Amino acid sequence: MAKQVDSVLPGWGLSLGVTLTFLSVLLLLPVSLLLLKVSELSSSEIMAIVSSKRSLAALWLSVRTAIQAAAVNVIFGTLIAWVLVRYRFFGRRVLDACVDLPFALPTAVAGITLTTLLSPKGLYGSYLSEWGIDGAYSPFGITVALVFVGLPFVVRSVQPVLEDMNLDLEFAAMSLGASRLQTWVKVVLPSIVPAMVTGFSLAFARALGEYGSVVFIAGNMPLRTEILPLLIMTRLEQFNYGAACVLAAMMLFVSLVILLGTKFLDGGIRTR
Amino acid sequence: MRQAVTDTMDPMWVRACLIGLATLFLAVLLFVPLAGVFLFAFSAGADVFLRAVSNAETLHAAWLTFLAVAVCIPLNVCFGVAAAWAITRFEFRGKALLVTLIEVPLAVSPVVAGLMVMLVYGHQGLLGPILAEYDVKVVFSLPSILIATTFVTFPLIARELIPLMRLQGGHEEAAALTLGASPWRMFFMVTLPKIRWGLLYGIILCAARAMGEFGAVSVVSGHIRGRTNTLPLHVEILYNEYQFAAAFAVASLLALSALVWLTLKSVLELRTQ
Repeated sequence: MAKQVDSVLPGWGLSLGVTLTFLSVLLLLPVSLLLLKVSELSSSEIMAIVSSKRSLAALWLSVRTAIQAAAVNVIFGTLIAWVLVRYRFFGRRVLDACVDLPFALPTAVAGITLTTLLSPKGLYGSYLSEWGIDGAYSPFGITVALVFVGLPFVVRSVQPVLEDMNLDLEFAAMSLGASRLQTWVKVVLPSIVPAMVTGFSLAFARALGEYGSVVFIAGNMPLRTEILPLLIMTRLEQFNYGAACVLAAMMLFVSLVILLGTKFLDGGIRTR
Repeated sequence: MRQAVTDTMDPMWVRACLIGLATLFLAVLLFVPLAGVFLFAFSAGADVFLRAVSNAETLHAAWLTFLAVAVCIPLNVCFGVAAAWAITRFEFRGKALLVTLIEVPLAVSPVVAGLMVMLVYGHQGLLGPILAEYDVKVVFSLPSILIATTFVTFPLIARELIPLMRLQGGHEEAAALTLGASPWRMFFMVTLPKIRWGLLYGIILCAARAMGEFGAVSVVSGHIRGRTNTLPLHVEILYNEYQFAAAFAVASLLALSALVWLTLKSVLELRTQ
C-alpha cells in the first residue's frame, strides 16, 4: 500500500500503522493459521470430514433454517420499514427503536427466553402443539430464533431507501391511471428490491453463523437439530482441531462470499 | 407537507391493516419475549431474584463482563479512528481491500472467531509453547475473553466513522494546520469535536455487543465457574442446571442494560437528526 496523492494532512504513517497492526494481529494471523491447519490435512481427510453424514446434516440444517429465516425477515422487515417510513401513528418512534433490540439483547438471553416461550408448556409452545408443531427443540424453533436475530438487518437496509424515494414517481403512475397496488408493484417494489436483497444476504449471513440464541432452542440432537456452529463447538470440545478447522474454513468461505456479494450488489465497493 | 400526502395515498383500512400486522409481528417476536425475561426472573419470588443477582458468582461474572466492555472500547476507539482517518483522508492502493477486511468479523460466526483465537494462543496454537514457557495464561482465562470480544466488535466503530468522516472532508483540519496547530492539537481541537457524536454512537453499539458476546467467549473461556464466566455464560450455566428463575434473573440484568443502550442510541439519533 503506497500513498498515491500527497495530502497536507498528517498522520498517514501512524493511522495506517495502527490499522494494519490491529488487522494483522486480530484477523490476518488467525485466518492464515486456520488455513494452514486445514492445509496440513490431506485432501481425502478433508473430504471425509466435509462429507460425513453428521457434517452434511448440520450444513443442510444451517443453510435451510437460515434461508427460511431470512425469507421471513424480508417479508416482514419490508412491511415494518414501509409502515415506519410512510405512516405516522402513535408509538411509531418506540417501534422504530425496538427494531434494534435483537442487536442489543445478548443472544443467550434471547435464546433462553424463546426456548421457554416455545417449549410445550410455554405461552407459544402450547398453542403450537395443538397444531401439531414442535416449538422448541426442532428445526422450527431454530428458524424462529434466527428470525429474531436477523430482523434488524432487513428493516435497516430497506428503511433508508424508502426514505429517499421520490414520491413524484408514485404520483405520476397514479395520475396515469395505475391503481395503488399496481403502483406499488411496478414503481415502489423495483426500487427497493436491491435493498431487500442486501437485507436478505446480511440476515442470512448472520443466521448461518448464529450460535448463542440457537444453542438453547435447538435441542442439539446430532443429524436432526445440530447446526454447523454447534458441530464445530463439539469437535473442539473433543480436541478434534482438524475437523473443527475444516468446518470453520468452510463457514468462513461462505461468509466471505456473502460479504463480497453484498458489497458488489451495493453498487461496487465504495471507498470514496 | 410530505407526511399528509403519504398518509392519504393509502386508504385508511390498508394503513390500519399494515400497521396492525407490523405491530403484531414485533409484539410476538420482540415485546412478549422481552416482557417474558422480566416475568420469568421474578417467577420464583423476589428473594430468589435478589439471591441470584447478588451471589458471588454473578457479581464476579458481572465484573468480567464489565472488564471486557471497558477494555475493548478504548482499543476499538483507537482502531476505529485510525482506520477511518487513513481511509478517508488519503488515497492509496488497496483501500477497497482494507475496507472489506475491516468488515470481515461482522460476517464471521462467533464460534469460528473463538476457534481462531485458540489457534493463535491455545496450548497447541502458534504462541502456545512460548506463552507456556513464560507461564502466561491466555486461553481459558481473562486475556482470551478480551481478545475474542475485541475481535467480534472491532469493525463497529470504524464502520460508523468512515462514512461520517468521508462526508465531512478534511478542510477544517487543513485550515487548523495552516494556522499553525500541531497535528495532535488539530486532532483534539478539530477532528475529535467533529466526529464526537458518531464516535459515541459507535461506542454504544460496541458496548452492547461486547456485553452480550456469547459464542466466541464460550469457545475460549473454558467456562470455569466463578473464574472465567461472563454474564451471558453464567446465564447458560444456570439455565442448563435447571435454575430457571436464577438464569432469568441474571438475564434480566443483561436485558435491562440492552434497553439502556437502545435508549441512549435513540436519544443520540434524535439529537443528530
